[in-house]
Amino acid sequence: MNALKTMVIVAAAAIAAGCASMSPGPDYRAFLQQMMGSSFRDEGIAKIDRLKQDEANAACSEAQSGTPPEAVTSAIQEQALKSVRMPKDGKFLGDWREGEKLAQNGRGMTWTDKSAEPRDNGGNCLNCHQVTKEEIAYGTIGPSLYHYGKDRGVVDPQSEMSRPIVEYTWTKIYNSRSYNACSGMPRFGHLGLLDETQMKHLMALLLDPQSPVNSN
Amino acid sequence: MRTLWTLIAVATVAVSTAGLAQQKSASDAIAEYRAMLADGNPADLFEAKGEELWKQKRGPKNVSLEQCNLGKGAGVVKGAFVELPRWFADTGRVQDLESRLLTCMETLQGFDSKVIINTPFGKGEQAKIESLVAWISAESKGMHFNLPQAHTAEKTAYELGKRAFYYRAGPYDFSCASCHGQEGKRIRLQDLPDLTKNPGDGVGFAAWPAYRVSSGELWGMQRRLNDCFRQQRFPYPGYTSDVTVALGVYMGVNAKGAESIAPALKR
Repeated sequence: MNALKTMVIVAAAAIAAGCASMSPGPDYRAFLQQMMGSSFRDEGIAKIDRLKQDEANAACSEAQSGTPPEAVTSAIQEQALKSVRMPKDGKFLGDWREGEKLAQNGRGMTWTDKSAEPRDNGGNCLNCHQVTKEEIAYGTIGPSLYHYGKDRGVVDPQSEMSRPIVEYTWTKIYNSRSYNACSGMPRFGHLGLLDETQMKHLMALLLDPQSPVNSN
Repeated sequence: MRTLWTLIAVATVAVSTAGLAQQKSASDAIAEYRAMLADGNPADLFEAKGEELWKQKRGPKNVSLEQCNLGKGAGVVKGAFVELPRWFADTGRVQDLESRLLTCMETLQGFDSKVIINTPFGKGEQAKIESLVAWISAESKGMHFNLPQAHTAEKTAYELGKRAFYYRAGPYDFSCASCHGQEGKRIRLQDLPDLTKNPGDGVGFAAWPAYRVSSGELWGMQRRLNDCFRQQRFPYPGYTSDVTVALGVYMGVNAKGAESIAPALKR
C-alpha cells in the first residue's frame, strides 16, 4: 500500500510543478509498473513474470481502445509473421472431430490448471466464436467462424487453389498478431499453447468440407 | 404457380422462425431461470449475519464495528457503499469496502489484517467479511453510485485503474478490456458488461457483491476481481492490493449514477 501513497505524493508534486513550468503531468506509466509489480504473487503455474509486457502488448495497452500508430502496428505484424513456423511435414489438416473437442474446451493456463503443457490446454474457441450451427452457447467477442471454409471457397483443402487460405488460417492460429497487431486472440503456436497436432485439428474443423463448420 | 410461390414463402418463413425460436428459447430459458432465482435471494441470510457481526463485540479487543468510519462518519452505514472506494485521511489511502473493513477490524477490534489478507476466500475472518459486505451494500440498495473524485489520490487511482484495465499481458495477451471493453458482447452465453463506460443500473460494478448460485457463496468485489484475473491467466492479485482498489475506483466512477442492486443474485 505504501507504493500508492508514494505515487500520490509524487503525482501531487508533479501537478504542482506542472502549473509553474508546464512540464508534463504525472508519469502514470512508471506508477502503473510499480502498482502491478507490488499487487500480484505467484500462484501455481501463474508466476508474476507473466506480467512482463513485450513491446506489442505495451503498445496495445497504451493505445487503450484505439490502435497504436501505423509504424508500430506494421512493425508488430512483420515481426509476428516472421515467427510463424509452417507444419514440419507439410500437412495442414488433422481430424475435425478432435478439433471440435478442442474448440469446446475452455481450459488452460490459469493458476488452477495443473500444467502449461499443450495437452492440458483447450482451444477456447467457443468462448469467443460461433463455430457450428448446432452449438448455440458460443461467445461473440470474435467473428463467427460458421461456414469458414465454405465461404472462402475451400472445396479441396489439399488443392493448390486453397493454399493461400490454408496458410492464412494456419498463420492466424499460430500468431494472431501477423495480420492484426492488437488482435484479441491468443498466439496459440507462437506461445506454445497448442502443439502442431492440435493446431492441425483446429485447421480441419475450419477447413475440412466434412466438418460441421462447413457441411451444413 | 401462385400456390407454389405461396408454399415457398411459407416454407421460408417457417425456416427463419424455427431459427429464431431456437435462439429465443435459449435466452428465454436463461431469463426464466434468473426470474425464478430472483424470487428469493439467499444473500438475505448473509445480510442478517452481517448486521449481527457489525454489532457483535469481537476480536482481541472485544469491540464491535459500530464505530467504524466507512467514509460518512463513524457508524454511518447507509449510503456508504455507493461512495466507495474513496480516500481516507486516517490511513492516507484510497480504500474500497473490504480494505476499509480490514482497517476497522485492525484498529477497533485488534485483528491482524495481514493474517486476514492471507486467509483464503470463504474461510475464517474472510467468510465474516463476506457477510459484512452483504449487509453494508444492502443498506445502500436502490441508491445511485457517486464516488468522490475531489482528492488527488482519488484522481490518481482512477487514472491508474484505467491503465490497469487496459494492461495486456500473460500467456493469452488478455486485459480486462478483452472481455469488458465493448458493448453487447458475450462469452459463451454469458453477457459481458462494458466497464469502460456506465453499463447501467444493477449491471457490472452496480451488481456486486452478489450471491453466486453456482457455488452457493456470497462474493465481494475482491473475490470477483480475483476470478477475473484468474480467467485472464494473470498471477494472483493480493486481497485489497493497489491494483484491485484502483480498478474499483475506475469501474465505480464510470458507474456514476447507476443504481446499486447489491447484494445481487448471479448464476
